[in-house]
Amino acid sequence: MEIVNQLKTHTAGDLAEIKIWFRAARISDFPENGGACVKYKDLQIAVFNFSRRSEWYACQNLCPHKMQMVLSRGMIGSMEGDPKIACPFHKKTFSLVNGQCLNGEEEKISIFPVKVEDGFIYIGFTQ
Amino acid sequence: MRRVLIVGNGMVGLKFCEKLIARSNKFEIIAYGEEPRPAYDRVHLSNFFSGSSAQNLLLTTPSWYEENGIRLFTGELVTKIDRSKKVIHTHSGKEDHYDILVLATGSSAFVPKIEGVERNGVFVYRTIEDLVQIRDYAHNAKTATVIGGGLLGLEAAKAMIDLRLDTHVIEFANRLMPRQLDSDGSAILENKINALGIHVHTNKTTSHINGNGKLEGLTFADDTSLATDMLVISAGIRPRDELAKNSGIAVHERGGIIVDDLMKTSDENIFAIGEAICHNGLTYGLVAPGYEMAEVVVRQLVDDHIRSFKGFDMSTKLKLLGVDVASFGDAFGEIPGSVPIVLKDNRNGIYKRINISSDGKYLLGGILVGDATQYNLFHQMVATKMPLPAQPESLIFGNPNKSDDTGGIKNLPDSAQICSCENISKGELVFQITQNGVSSINEIKKCTKAGTGCGGCTPMVSDILKITLESLGHKLKKTLCEHFDYSRQELYDIIKVKELKTFDLVLDSHGKGDGCEVCKPAIASLLACIWNEPIVHQSTIQDTNDRYLANIQKGGSYSVVPRIAGGEITPDKLMAIGRIAQKYNLYTKITGGQRIDMFGARVEQLPEIWAELIDQGFESGHAYGKALRTVKSCVGSTWCRFGIQDSVAYAIFIENRYKGLRAPHKIKGAVSGCIRECAEAQSKDFGIIATEKGWNLYVCGNGGARPQHAKLLVNDIDIDTCTKLIDRFLMFYIRTADPLTRTATWLNKMEGGLEYLREVIVDDSLGICSQLEAEMKGLIESYHCEWKKVVDDPELQKQFRHFINSDDSDHTLSFVEVRQQKLPANWGHNEHKIS
Repeated sequence: MEIVNQLKTHTAGDLAEIKIWFRAARISDFPENGGACVKYKDLQIAVFNFSRRSEWYACQNLCPHKMQMVLSRGMIGSMEGDPKIACPFHKKTFSLVNGQCLNGEEEKISIFPVKVEDGFIYIGFTQ
Repeated sequence: MRRVLIVGNGMVGLKFCEKLIARSNKFEIIAYGEEPRPAYDRVHLSNFFSGSSAQNLLLTTPSWYEENGIRLFTGELVTKIDRSKKVIHTHSGKEDHYDILVLATGSSAFVPKIEGVERNGVFVYRTIEDLVQIRDYAHNAKTATVIGGGLLGLEAAKAMIDLRLDTHVIEFANRLMPRQLDSDGSAILENKINALGIHVHTNKTTSHINGNGKLEGLTFADDTSLATDMLVISAGIRPRDELAKNSGIAVHERGGIIVDDLMKTSDENIFAIGEAICHNGLTYGLVAPGYEMAEVVVRQLVDDHIRSFKGFDMSTKLKLLGVDVASFGDAFGEIPGSVPIVLKDNRNGIYKRINISSDGKYLLGGILVGDATQYNLFHQMVATKMPLPAQPESLIFGNPNKSDDTGGIKNLPDSAQICSCENISKGELVFQITQNGVSSINEIKKCTKAGTGCGGCTPMVSDILKITLESLGHKLKKTLCEHFDYSRQELYDIIKVKELKTFDLVLDSHGKGDGCEVCKPAIASLLACIWNEPIVHQSTIQDTNDRYLANIQKGGSYSVVPRIAGGEITPDKLMAIGRIAQKYNLYTKITGGQRIDMFGARVEQLPEIWAELIDQGFESGHAYGKALRTVKSCVGSTWCRFGIQDSVAYAIFIENRYKGLRAPHKIKGAVSGCIRECAEAQSKDFGIIATEKGWNLYVCGNGGARPQHAKLLVNDIDIDTCTKLIDRFLMFYIRTADPLTRTATWLNKMEGGLEYLREVIVDDSLGICSQLEAEMKGLIESYHCEWKKVVDDPELQKQFRHFINSDDSDHTLSFVEVRQQKLPANWGHNEHKIS
């Protein structure tokens, strides 16, 4: 097939461009299978502990639907295996792999890389 | 291999491709679409404004075309056909050769020639691109006007309401939907639409669009005018016949590519289908006839049982702005001798008209507004000429809630057409269920495509599925979500019998994946209903209100509601609330349930505020939970000169009995001290009204979007019997209702209705009442104040902070002062503030 002029798709950030790994908190500070909000400079980052699958994800704390700083308080889950977060306000869900809104037309959210070292959670920033 | 080239990748163009590849692999298929996206669902376009994404509207994935060997070019407009060389040309200069050409060019919005129509802020409502432009422009608009009060116009009006605009509809004729409805039916529809806040103006011809650059208002032929920030023209459609016309193919003088009964145009190698055509002087603006035309062409190409297009039944059923509207067969009674029977109920907003043949034997057609549940049945009665009952008026004056609805479906012949978009008969559906083991709506949709077009037949398809499965001894399965293949009721039994106490255990043993925002709170509710352990121990599976034991409000702050049982409070406690609210600068308001709500608390303040409230003798009010909220009371016989019984004392007793009780949805109760019913008990999940001889117990009422009066379960019972029956009633509800189902809906769906409920919980027909009572006793005895647990446990309090790595507050929280109190700063640009 060819689909000529197909709509543009977004891609997640490039790991090679990460300049700062910010030490956010201890693993044990985070709830299991849930999230918490991390402050980095003036940014609010939602970090999610998928303990069932031993994975961590981070995204902006702001839900683009009604511009509310709440995503960290949302419920995590999966859709056909891919991790997602549901905003507690109106249950807009976003993929934690690529930031796309999964049940609406909202703007995509920013995703940040996470690494685990010596019992600490680090979030990667380009600046 | 012959090259079949389709111009137009809309709903009908795609349907043609699907039908062709299903029958033959002997063709090379090439499709050209002018829009940037592959075919999408134009019928449900307005869903775009209520949450559906452009992606969700796509009818098939882009990869589908590839997998089926179809070359699709989107964003290519075919501008000319060189018929002698059998070549098409596109706007970008592409050329392509065909053996067979199919024109499925569709239609465009009809824009009347009104002076000023070119101004900014004037839109049509046809494509996703139109919708995106409308949405963007609406950011700076407060009012919107739609020209056109027909089906498409009202769809557009719905979109404007979804964008929270103050909406006007202008119709040229003397009524809404003049093609489908008579004036009485239209009046009922207009009432209902007015109630949604839409202003309807009929008998109005727009003569001028005013403004300077961008539009500012409209002037009508009668010299009246209307100010508006934006205008959507949805006054009808015109066939897209310009390509055919420019290429020398015959088109009708009023528009439309002329085709014969085999959909052939004046060029024998070129077919035309869908909204672009004109057949016997008629054009068709619905998908179902377009699909039939696609079928007619495909059969010729594959040389199989050739049939001709014989016109199409234009019966329709729609939900417009939440109002059911249907018209079928001879809707206006134009067949000579037909006799109308009319039901006009202004109070409930229902209009039903059926037209009966002069001999009283057959249904010829009719109109339904406000309640179209009988549409599918009536439509089939017309189409299959089913004989009418002896008193045909019983069809519309009978009780629509009675289950003879499905009886009617049972009696339909196998040849009855159920899905008119896909032309699927009842027999085909029954065959799939009985012979191929199909057992869910999704499977039926996949294998027959029934219900995938306009969706109007879905209720009938699911009734047929239910009846057929039941005849096979199966039951329709309701599952929670993709992670659990069980219904709530099944999971209730599983959790109880296997003694599962955490979400992870339930997921590991009976589910798959990681869970989601649907199954987590549902199972959290079940665990609470069964074990009643503190929910804070599994806080991340709770909805946000349950997770923080408070109600999240605009801006991300929370509100706090202590329990004030029965609405009775001492001056001391009243002052304590006032003092605490003042100290933390909280906005206070009296709730509908006779208690006091304190708004604007930051998440990290919640434990402190609750420590003070508990110190003053308050307990959690569970306003955040799907749980018992309040038991409202009137002042009763202690003070009131009319009072017969002590309603306050009983309300306090009942509220304290069930406090903390979690359920599939919130539960509210009320007790009135006499027949005057000041506590509004008949609008509650359970309502108790004093009588001379004791108490009357009402159940399953609710307010909300669809108010429903509670129904009398038993009358004149003593207080202990009344309490015992409420125990049984609530426990039976907790055990059997689907997630997020209020008692009213639960009862509406219950087979046998109130009679059955009465048999189970009053007459103990199932012999489960002693068990229900014992389970309720267990829940009552395990009550704990959730906030006291948190206040007493510093570990649990750690969950109540905004940042995990800082004690700072969320600096984005902002408030404004209105009427001497604080309110959250507004979150949307579309909300009108009344100050």
